[in-house]
Amino acid sequence: MRKLLFQSLLLQLPLTERAPTPEEAQLAELAQNVGSAALSRLGRSLSIREVDAGSCNGCELEIHALSNAFYDVERFGLRFVASPRHADVLLVTGPVAKNMREALERTYAATPDPKWVVAAGDCAANCGVFAGSYACVGPVSSVIPVDLEIVGCPPSPTDLLKGLIALLAPSSLRKLS
Amino acid sequence: MAWLKETLRQGRPANVAGARSRVIVDEAPWIAAGERLAAGEGSLLSLWGDTDTVNLAALEDESVGVLTLACPTGRFPSIGRLHAPAIRLERTIRDLCGLEPFPATDTRGWLDHGRWGVRQPLGRRDPATATGDAYAFRLAEGPPMHQIPVGPVHAGIIEPGHFRFTANGETVVRLEERLGYVHKGVDRLMAGASIDEAAKLAGRLSGDSTVAYAIAFAQAVEAALGLAPPPRAVWLRALMAELERIANHMGDIGAICNDASFSLMHAHCGILREEVLRASQVCFGHRLMMDCVVPGGVAVDLAKRGRTALRRLTTTIKRRFPELVELYDSTASLQNRTVTTGRLSAELAQQYGAGGFVGRASGRAFDARKLPGYPPYRELRFDMAVRDEGDVDARVWVRIAEVYQSVGLIEQILEGLHGGGLSASLSRQSAAADGREGLALVEGFRGDVLAWVRVAPDGTVARCHLRDPSWFQWPLLEAAIEGNIVADFPLCNKSFNCSYSGHDL
Ligand code: SF4
Repeated sequence: MRKLLFQSLLLQLPLTERAPTPEEAQLAELAQNVGSAALSRLGRSLSIREVDAGSCNGCELEIHALSNAFYDVERFGLRFVASPRHADVLLVTGPVAKNMREALERTYAATPDPKWVVAAGDCAANCGVFAGSYACVGPVSSVIPVDLEIVGCPPSPTDLLKGLIALLAPSSLRKLS
Repeated sequence: MAWLKETLRQGRPANVAGARSRVIVDEAPWIAAGERLAAGEGSLLSLWGDTDTVNLAALEDESVGVLTLACPTGRFPSIGRLHAPAIRLERTIRDLCGLEPFPATDTRGWLDHGRWGVRQPLGRRDPATATGDAYAFRLAEGPPMHQIPVGPVHAGIIEPGHFRFTANGETVVRLEERLGYVHKGVDRLMAGASIDEAAKLAGRLSGDSTVAYAIAFAQAVEAALGLAPPPRAVWLRALMAELERIANHMGDIGAICNDASFSLMHAHCGILREEVLRASQVCFGHRLMMDCVVPGGVAVDLAKRGRTALRRLTTTIKRRFPELVELYDSTASLQNRTVTTGRLSAELAQQYGAGGFVGRASGRAFDARKLPGYPPYRELRFDMAVRDEGDVDARVWVRIAEVYQSVGLIEQILEGLHGGGLSASLSRQSAAADGREGLALVEGFRGDVLAWVRVAPDGTVARCHLRDPSWFQWPLLEAAIEGNIVADFPLCNKSFNCSYSGHDL
């Protein structure tokens, strides 16, 4: 184990990539959706609670990848937490399955204010290929208020990172709002 | 003579083009099939409802067959009563199609939680209130017992499902799963969809196995329409399937170690997984290779830079992975958690026809790439990793071995990749009056994925049934956790890594 740690520390270049810049459009979307009081609290570290409300698990794979050495989401002060009670942000995936609606509503209710909701993936944004099913309520915004959408099927870790970093960029947001 | 072959010989052939291995049977052979399966002769592959029929797919030796029983009265003799692996599938048939197994073994809903606003969405479609059904968990009674409800929202970044533990102190006495939370109504969405739309849905039943599902669906459609995809497409499919297998095994080996609080493995396996996804992006333009396999062939060719990326990838894995394996093997604190934990007996693995590494780590030597087998695997060399211990450790070792085998397969595919076209045209389909149907069994990273499809005369999908390997693995997790401590559940669960979405449909 020591050998492996040693090699990783000294013999390899760091794998971590440079931070992507958030898209103007995402900043604008946030500025529009987030109230000024909540806005003043953004820009620090954020605790994220991921909620799968009906995803195919593809989005979860890429959200997981955010924590690998390449994207290293924690360096931005973004941290995944185990309970909604510890969370600032709910990162929600999937078209909301009717069987998951109550769980999503309860998770939202358990998250202390101020809170933000990010809908990740095409399904979360517009139900994707599951649109029109008897078993789906609709996009995440039809159940709880959404502040930011990150599209893609699934969104790549870079896309996800861009969106989440937008949440951390209050100065640019204040300018826009 | 083997019962399945005999039943296929004696049953009335289903008069549908492409339905070579499906026969229509009466109640007696239907019940006899349940008895044979219960006696351990062959494995149940799936059980599903169609318009006023129930269908049972089974595997015996090298034969795969489907028995169809008409249910004019809306009832059918229960297979689950004889053979427990069928119980959840029968509850699903009742929920979706409204066909009743008798005598019923379990009358509780399974995928239907009473939230859809409709009952029997594939059958009568009765409107209903969506206030939610009560659900009675099985009790384990006695003074020291306590219950621990977990989910549907779990602590990690994982899919939703409910686990009800009954524990005696720290020891799990009973685990009961309640699933269906991510039911998205895929079967209904498929019915009437164009083949292209349906292929997209199939590739999103379980995102981690998108390639395996896309191949299974494509093979079923091709069997129905009598199409043969060009050799290059078949080889590229295998290339994608092996990349998907390595990516998932890599991610899960790391995650299992992480659940034993050994994050160093997690970090390193995460790097290798990312390398696989990046190579996939270079080769086929999508990290998970979604929608890259289509009925008729493949949608994308291997990119020019793909070969170099794959050579780099296989070299990297062969150089770095052995160090990680060595680390896994030589870390006593980690072994202490994985060895003897979450043991699944060979008998149960056999009874449930457990696919993938869950079955192979408990002595069930089955791999759909070998048997019944499909191209191009007969032209490729690889060994099946089988172990007998049945614990978390054995499941890790099977997956380690499979990483190496898949690397070898990728190298062989790069060697032998044919030139030529990427896709056979779907337009050749001749509209048979009754439509056409096809069946496929494809080995995903998690185990064998079954796809059965009936194509309507107008070329749309009339009915499609997809059966995730998790159907037969989820119940085994309940058995494997028994007698373990509650704190080892994440470890056991991760070592199974069943799909919620793939199961919930
Ligand atoms: S957006 Fe795509 S990857 Fe994400 S849940 Fe939907 S289908 Fe799956």
